[in-house]
Amino acid sequence: MRNPLAERVINIPPSGIRKFFDVVNEMDDAISLGVGEPDFDTPWHIREEGIYSLEKGRTFYTSNAGLKELKAEICNYLKRRYDVLYDPDTEVMATVGGSEAIDVALRAMLEPGDEVLIPQPSYVSYVPCTILANGTPVVIELEEKDEFRLTPEKLLEKITPKTKVLIMPFPNNPTGAIMEREDLEKIAKIVEEKDLFVISDEIYSELTYKGHHVTIASLPGMKERTVLINGFSKSYAMTGWRLGYAAAPKEILRQMLKIHQFAIMCAPTTSQYAAVSALKNGDDDVAAMREAYDQRRRYLVHALREMGLECFEPYGAFYVFPSIKKFGMTSDDFATRLLREEKVAVVPGTAFGDSGEGFLRLSYAYSLESLKEALDRIRRFVERLEKEQGMR
Amino acid sequence: MREKILAIMEKNSRIDLKDLAILLGESEAAVANEIAEMEKEKVICGYHTLIDWDKTGEEKVTALIEVKVTPQRDMGFDKIAERIYQYNEVEAVYLMSGSFDFTIILEGKTMRQVALFVSEKLSTIDSVLSTSTHFILKKYKDHGTIMQKEDKDERMLISL
Repeated sequence: MRNPLAERVINIPPSGIRKFFDVVNEMDDAISLGVGEPDFDTPWHIREEGIYSLEKGRTFYTSNAGLKELKAEICNYLKRRYDVLYDPDTEVMATVGGSEAIDVALRAMLEPGDEVLIPQPSYVSYVPCTILANGTPVVIELEEKDEFRLTPEKLLEKITPKTKVLIMPFPNNPTGAIMEREDLEKIAKIVEEKDLFVISDEIYSELTYKGHHVTIASLPGMKERTVLINGFSKSYAMTGWRLGYAAAPKEILRQMLKIHQFAIMCAPTTSQYAAVSALKNGDDDVAAMREAYDQRRRYLVHALREMGLECFEPYGAFYVFPSIKKFGMTSDDFATRLLREEKVAVVPGTAFGDSGEGFLRLSYAYSLESLKEALDRIRRFVERLEKEQGMR
Repeated sequence: MREKILAIMEKNSRIDLKDLAILLGESEAAVANEIAEMEKEKVICGYHTLIDWDKTGEEKVTALIEVKVTPQRDMGFDKIAERIYQYNEVEAVYLMSGSFDFTIILEGKTMRQVALFVSEKLSTIDSVLSTSTHFILKKYKDHGTIMQKEDKDERMLISL
């Protein structure tokens, strides 16, 4: 029998921390700071809208790009919050989470061999999706000294004649880094000069704790070069609804829509109806959740620094990314021991790229009580390590 | 800072001063000051405990009473309210818009006790025209808290 599989797929390395996941899954009594999703329930008015839509029998496909009303509300929202103007009929589509939008955008844009610049540490799907789209991933290793922001120097260093797309994963999972307007302006200038395109994954845009999130698409000359990706998972606590969207110039969006049409048909109908209510009536919910995250963020950063773990101040998403370099252990070893000895699950920074080595991702999408319990255990573990290593 | 302190304390009045200060990114002294100020100004009027009495051996009935009154010369609503809220068994008194004037929340040990209060104390106040008593059968949610809710985290332990 011939090999039924494509080499391209086989060669995608499995997630480096699968072994770690296996250990976590064995432990049902572990407590966790390891999740990448909100702890809040979806606000009731949004769930209710989903329930109504089912009661009314709205159980059919929507048009490929999504409900007209949803597209209109998305465009309203993007204008209202981020001052970018998109045409609801031709420049926006609802997707199955932001993840689908990333995949579809890459497939629509890449020719074989095109290089995609991927700043890391970052979410795990950019590299495999690039490979599946026949592109070549080129990693840009971000550094703590820059607060894990993308600098013009780091960008220029990796641009070649083959570079076509730059992924912009900010606010960032796992580092919590953000890019402010001045940072983006420098990047935008290079993007224009080098004739690149941007896929901007802004799924955490509402969870920004310093000023107001700026989308790169709102900078002069950038809208025509940007695929803006956002969604409902993080801002409205709707991860399980699987609903995101992409907004892009119509030439790009039309081709993305083609892939979406054949691969997916349409995003879940119930979720689309619910999302209309999220955009129309959800601003207060978002503000309340943002405030709660911001408070826990301060708490977590304070507690980590107090126990002597260095960590830069993250201004986005719901993650803190402390350094454990002083212990001379790998992230994986640290996380595994922490799990075995104190039963706290955190994610090794290396899950998000090699440049995450020496760091851990801690999520603060937890109640204050849970954070406290976890922090007590981490403190105990850190003190033990320090003793072992003769630091105290 | 006030609104943020209040938003947190409204949900958890037992929070540590130190924790509160960290959550808000303020100094402990500043937060303590602000709370003391608010106590003095009666912005913060008390610290209470939300109890689900149904889960205890204690027998309690709660009634919600709608009251119509005629305010008399030199005796506006406030004066009438004062005569009502002085009773220990009266939990709350609100002046209402609409078809009646006051809502009273009354706690008693038995329905009979509540009935006696209404017929002997409340109805006999000169200005009171009529009352309508509703007994509370079950409390689902009180002070923004769902009484029966289970706090179970259904999320996977790790997701990226």
